[in-house]
Amino acid sequence: MTILIALASLGSLTLVLAVMLIVANKKLYVYEDPRIDNVEDMLPHANCGACGYPGCRPFAEALVEGKVLPGKCTVSTEEGREKIAHYLGVSLGAEEKIVARLACAGGSNVAINRAEYKGIESCSAASLVSGGGKGCFWGCLGYGDCEISCDFDAITMNENDLPVVDVDKCTACGDCVEACPKDLFSLQPVSHRLWVACKNLEAGDEILEECQVACTACGRCAMDAPGNLIEMKNNLPVVNYREDHRTQVPIQRCPTGAIVWLDDKLGVVKGKDSKKIIRKGKRKTGYS
Amino acid sequence: MKEETLWYIFLNASLINNFVLAYFLGICPFLGVSGKMETATKMGGAVTFVMIISSVCAYGIHALLVAVNAPFLQLISYIVVIASTVQLVEMFIKKMSPTLFRALGIFLPLITTNCAILGLALFQTNKGYGFVESFVYALGAGAGFTLALVLIAGLREQLNLADVPNVVKGTALTLLIAGILSLTFMGFAGLGSQ
Repeated sequence: MTILIALASLGSLTLVLAVMLIVANKKLYVYEDPRIDNVEDMLPHANCGACGYPGCRPFAEALVEGKVLPGKCTVSTEEGREKIAHYLGVSLGAEEKIVARLACAGGSNVAINRAEYKGIESCSAASLVSGGGKGCFWGCLGYGDCEISCDFDAITMNENDLPVVDVDKCTACGDCVEACPKDLFSLQPVSHRLWVACKNLEAGDEILEECQVACTACGRCAMDAPGNLIEMKNNLPVVNYREDHRTQVPIQRCPTGAIVWLDDKLGVVKGKDSKKIIRKGKRKTGYS
Repeated sequence: MKEETLWYIFLNASLINNFVLAYFLGICPFLGVSGKMETATKMGGAVTFVMIISSVCAYGIHALLVAVNAPFLQLISYIVVIASTVQLVEMFIKKMSPTLFRALGIFLPLITTNCAILGLALFQTNKGYGFVESFVYALGAGAGFTLALVLIAGLREQLNLADVPNVVKGTALTLLIAGILSLTFMGFAGLGSQ
């Protein structure tokens, strides 16, 4: 008798619940465009956020709704983007490649440390202690927070403790921009070849004691540049990037090589009047 | 024994016999989802929500089982009813409020088969609570769970920056602070002796 009661009550209970769930599944069904799943499969699943959406799924939703074009995804390959564009019947919306660039050239061979930092090997921790001990308050601390933050292995620290961005691997996700406590990284289109690799806001030659490649705010690049291509703001040259001014003239008379020309083949090109840096090892800490 | 007031039931479930730190129920979300304060509070909210629903369901099912004279089916029916009710609520939220669904969505299926939920249902039946008392008991248990989760999440966030010896880094450290937290909650036992 007991077993019958058990069977009957449990059976009816599960039956009721099953029917309830089946009905609910039909009644409360939320329609989702099946194309969203397909488009998401074609995306790289990096969930890096470089497109401006929280992840690949929201980006796929926006793509299907036609709010953005596939070119916004900087991580997928050219074929991947074309596949999505073809699938959705939209244009590619090719965007220019954007990369992260460092506005500092003060590696350990040219910049001096005024104090020795001992603690967690991290820029964000070091910067909390009187700015990190580097002579130049604005300069790169070289503990490689950016290298750790990069999910795509695009940043490596070189022998002078400066991060080097691999342009091919960089997806412009912006993680390094957030990781750097000195705000030295920014995202730039690759066609912006004139580049001021310094953030020092002080005018005058005193800064050269701290770093041999700092900008001294002499203003020669601004004078030499055609039109108002370069302006001096807060003791730093600011390039007004435009289509029609791709010239290497402004870098030529820079005494320290703080403003450079980034060439695809030659790498970092400095002006002919810039002093040559031949030191390889580290500069000493403290006052000399 | 003295009649239990509603306030005492709440206090009992949340502090004196905290589900996580005194009964050791629901340890897996306690260790798993306590890395960040934000997710910890969301998880706490979701657990409280599910606890209230399952408590109400358990009350109804218990009454039914007593009526058909089969209280030995308690355990299995609770599991079935709680799991399917949460499933139903999840569908309902998905339809009605996509934002709430995104906030709670991934947590709800995780919680359904949690021992803290089932424990709550069984405890309230054993203690013979009525409807209002069960509701308050579930509210207190949820608040206690959230409190425990928020406490350990805060500690873990702080300890991320601390200089910790390599041997106790990671899970070992979490278990250590969980133990110390549990010890601390033993102090609340004094509140209950009257």
